[in-house]
Amino acid sequence: MLRIIRYSFADLIRSRWLYFYTGFYLVLTGALFFISADLSKVIVSLMNAILFIVPLVALLFGVMVQYNTREFTELLLAQPIPRRSIFLGQYLGIATALAISFLLGAGIPFVLSGIFLSGEIWNFSILLLSGVLLSYVFSALGYLLALINDNRIRGFGLAILVWLLLAVVYDGLFLLGLAWFSDYPLENVAIGVTVFNPIDLARILILLKLDVSALMGYTGAVFNKFLGTSLGMGLALIILVIWAVLPVSMIRYISLRKDF
Amino acid sequence: MIHLHHIHKSFGRLQVLRGVDLAFDQPGITAVLGPNGSGKSTLLKSILGMVLPNEGEIHFDGKPIDKLGQYRKDISYLPQIARFPENLRVHELIRMIESFRSQPSRSAELIHHFGLESVLDSQLGHLSGGTRQKVNLVLTLMYDTPVIILDEPTAGLDPVALVKLKELIIQAKDEGKILLITTHIMSLVEELADRVVFLLEGRIYFDGKPEELKQRVEEPNLEKAIASLLSGGHLTPIQPAQKDSKPIRKMNGKVVQPQVKF
Repeated sequence: MLRIIRYSFADLIRSRWLYFYTGFYLVLTGALFFISADLSKVIVSLMNAILFIVPLVALLFGVMVQYNTREFTELLLAQPIPRRSIFLGQYLGIATALAISFLLGAGIPFVLSGIFLSGEIWNFSILLLSGVLLSYVFSALGYLLALINDNRIRGFGLAILVWLLLAVVYDGLFLLGLAWFSDYPLENVAIGVTVFNPIDLARILILLKLDVSALMGYTGAVFNKFLGTSLGMGLALIILVIWAVLPVSMIRYISLRKDF
Repeated sequence: MIHLHHIHKSFGRLQVLRGVDLAFDQPGITAVLGPNGSGKSTLLKSILGMVLPNEGEIHFDGKPIDKLGQYRKDISYLPQIARFPENLRVHELIRMIESFRSQPSRSAELIHHFGLESVLDSQLGHLSGGTRQKVNLVLTLMYDTPVIILDEPTAGLDPVALVKLKELIIQAKDEGKILLITTHIMSLVEELADRVVFLLEGRIYFDGKPEELKQRVEEPNLEKAIASLLSGGHLTPIQPAQKDSKPIRKMNGKVVQPQVKF
């Protein structure tokens, strides 16, 4: 499987889209530093961008690479290697390439600004960790959607729908729900619902670490109040990891049963 | 070597293979023929474990094929469509496939044979269709395996490359290998094949020597023999499927006779 990861990775790191992605983060983070010299403000601004962009790009990359390598996958399937190595290897190659691209793009301006000498290093690390985890979660979801749907337009459409639901519509629906049921105690429900949205989990994880209560929103405040900072962060992190593992086990399950 | 026992395969409601029994034991070239959609590729892919039959068993070298796929080290397979990761270079791809098998490879000899030296450093996305097919052939034929499966090997090849491919196929046959080839080019079949398996709508309608086929339909050449086979008269499956007696294909409730296009 390591060989597949290596070659899938080698193929992707030469893709101009990935350079564009890294360049985008470099420019964005650089621009944020240009506007404000305050590290924690830059981290919060960057977080808002990451929570939108990382899931979208990872989903689209996951779908795109799966579709683009279909015929090549046939060649791999004819080799004496087990199926699970091929598909998990390809997925890990994509996710790792995306994660490294993000780390370089968002990380280099921080390193240049002297993050290692400041007290913000742990806040920054959590931001990077969240971005990396979201890259793994959403590229797995994208890869899985493409594996299930042979129709490419449907695969891309579903990926964008998943992104819209989790990154955009979810917040609106959540607020509507809170307004409608404001007479009831909703704290447990809020925690329960958050579990279903990895983007919200990543946001909570970063904000709990930053301890910016004004930006936490309802779910973040509930996490903070009922679970405390460390337990809240621990729980958010564990569920995010589960979010990364579940689609991968689905990829494995489907790839063992699919015809090519 | 390869034994298929009563293989059934459907994709959704479309039945692609309907009870195929075949054995490939003797060295030589078998041409698997049939119109588009007759189940040729599905048949070959099920031998490789890429398509999983709904029913039936496939044995390779006396053992049922397994999901780990170690038996595939004895098979070389040329897929029908040659598309590779666009950003990898030709030599990287060859090295990658070589790294999957700890078997000696004769890639250098084949690269020279097909004149690919000048494109070794090119990215695969920049190659023409014919050159990609040559790379595909190098990847397939670089191992010394007892079984070689070629799905439309002539697609996109220029006449010079086609002659070189034929040389390699004949060389493999002379070495006592089992070759399974699908193609729509009847002259190639006539020139090379020792055995013809004719598939239509997922059933085998003929399995024997090309001469026998010509005699059976009383046609002097294979192209005409196949056309005659398809035009009616001689269309009787040699292995009628026992489990289903449904019409061959239904479209909007009407029974439609097999449409044959080459």
